[in-house]
Amino acid sequence: MEPGYLRATFHSCLPVPPMNSPETETTKSTSIEELKSMASQVRRDIVRMVHGAQSGHPGGSLGCTDFLTALYFHVLRHDPANFTMDGIGEDLFFLSNGHISPVFYSVLARNGYFPIEELKTFRRINSRLQGHPTTHEGLPGVRMASGSLGQGLSVGVGAALAKKLNGDPTLVFTLHGDGELQEGQIWEAAIAAAGKKVDNLISTVDWNGRQIDGDVDDVMPLGDLHAKWAAFGWDVMEMQGNDMAQVLDGLGKAIGRTGKGKPVMILMRTEMGSGVDFMVGSHEWHGIAPNDAQLAQALKQLPETIGDY
Amino acid sequence: MTSYPVLDKKDTRSGFGAGLLEVGRNDDRVVALCADLTGSLKMDAFAKEFPDRFFQVGIAEANMMGMAAGMTVGGLIPFTGTFANFSTGRVYDQIRQSIAYAGKNVKICASHAGLTLGEDGATHQILEDIGLMKMLPGMTVIVPCDFNQTKQATIAIADHDGPVYLRFGRPKWPVFIPEGMPFEIGKAQVLSNGMDVSIYACGHLVWKALQAAELLEKQGIHAEVVNVHTIKPLDTAAVLASARKTGCVVTCEEHQRNGGLGDSIAQLLARELPMPMEFVAVNDSFGESRTPHQLLAKYGLDTPDVVAAALKVLKRK
Repeated sequence: MEPGYLRATFHSCLPVPPMNSPETETTKSTSIEELKSMASQVRRDIVRMVHGAQSGHPGGSLGCTDFLTALYFHVLRHDPANFTMDGIGEDLFFLSNGHISPVFYSVLARNGYFPIEELKTFRRINSRLQGHPTTHEGLPGVRMASGSLGQGLSVGVGAALAKKLNGDPTLVFTLHGDGELQEGQIWEAAIAAAGKKVDNLISTVDWNGRQIDGDVDDVMPLGDLHAKWAAFGWDVMEMQGNDMAQVLDGLGKAIGRTGKGKPVMILMRTEMGSGVDFMVGSHEWHGIAPNDAQLAQALKQLPETIGDY
Repeated sequence: MTSYPVLDKKDTRSGFGAGLLEVGRNDDRVVALCADLTGSLKMDAFAKEFPDRFFQVGIAEANMMGMAAGMTVGGLIPFTGTFANFSTGRVYDQIRQSIAYAGKNVKICASHAGLTLGEDGATHQILEDIGLMKMLPGMTVIVPCDFNQTKQATIAIADHDGPVYLRFGRPKWPVFIPEGMPFEIGKAQVLSNGMDVSIYACGHLVWKALQAAELLEKQGIHAEVVNVHTIKPLDTAAVLASARKTGCVVTCEEHQRNGGLGDSIAQLLARELPMPMEFVAVNDSFGESRTPHQLLAKYGLDTPDVVAAALKVLKRK
């Protein structure tokens, strides 16, 4: 079994390649315009959820919207209607920077993992949509708890090794914040991924240069990230993360680089708060909620394309 | 009282190694991860027989815990192996979030626990691990008492769905549990019946408790010795039944008094059946370099300490 059919079709991108079994074929055929349209709706969901809860993390969520929309609506071979924890025969995604849960919940709901109406329960009592994602409440689509940073790469390495042991040719994707790379466990996992030749793993770093206390370069500089990951034995590429066409192209290229003995790292340039002008590029919107006026101002910039929850 | 002849002297970690090999043969979902202590954990036989299912992860315990959690997603049953200190305190947040809160089926197997690690000293002699692990919701905590029981426990946890902390040790220790004695997670074992005082013990100190009971017997005191190998979930029915019969209790463990077996039993008795109680445990102190037996004597965890605690608690009855 060889996931090469994905590689072969990715540069043209559209329509989406078929999944390898009829049971798991749920991904719709999508065009770039449709994905952009979905991304606008996901951004609306994010600001509305965070406004509704008056807490949460809009900045990183908005910055990763194009990536997660492309991943979940176009790239992943997955079966939202029949979620299983083991995900055998499906591509897996682990969100390591769990604080960007709003964008994760939105793309999961809009893929059909759970009803979109449930988005309104975000961070409320008795909700499956906890502040940070968890398996604990049984929310379909979530396979790991995250929030305490730095743990998801190890999880991805383990899940990818399990796929190899199971003879499962599908892929594992992980997403991390750039500030998260200050955690030591990330580099333990980086060594292990290269050392064990985990070449069915595509990890992406949301390289927005911002963290809670300010610019990453001021808080604790990461140095030459490209050289660092390469030195750790990864196949490293860079990608513009807030342009749908470039995201699709980048993910396609990354998939084409799997199966060659090295884990694949995408350093994804994004802007925190992307899509909402007064949030763009500022760490101030890492973890605060908009008020009513700010919500209205944000929503004016984000067309309601699919329909609000 | 029931007498337990010493069948052999073997380390409990070797019981783990033997059990791991057996579950590896029984179930191909079982995988093992080790952080550069394969020989110390006695995982060599598994590694040799199942090279594809053995993952040497190097000196990176946090990553090992995360990898194990990730492997469960694919339906595997990972057993992690390193010293108890590096299995718990060093990686507490990884266990808390990625294993316990996430409800992952990881078996955290921890050797060289407690003072009996010996000469390496306090940096490695963790005495807080039972407490750390039992506080995590959903975590099962097992401390078997000899080679045979450690092997049995290792086999039993493979069939248990959910995270487990299995604690064992370094030194050669009397083997006294007959191979045919049933082992069930969460079911304490009354090793010897008595009416005067209940002695609850786990791990290496079960043997000390049995020895103490023999000495007490010579003084006409009939102690009931209960092996509470599962600290969590605690076998409350068995603990209460013995305590109700004897009216006073002693707990014995190679752990801090805070957070260990005695703490769990004290909470139970305070709620259900308050009575005099004494604790044979380390009293808010770090260990030091010495032989296991010198350390048990110095820190008050030896047979005479169990006898003294029983005599003291009997006076308070």
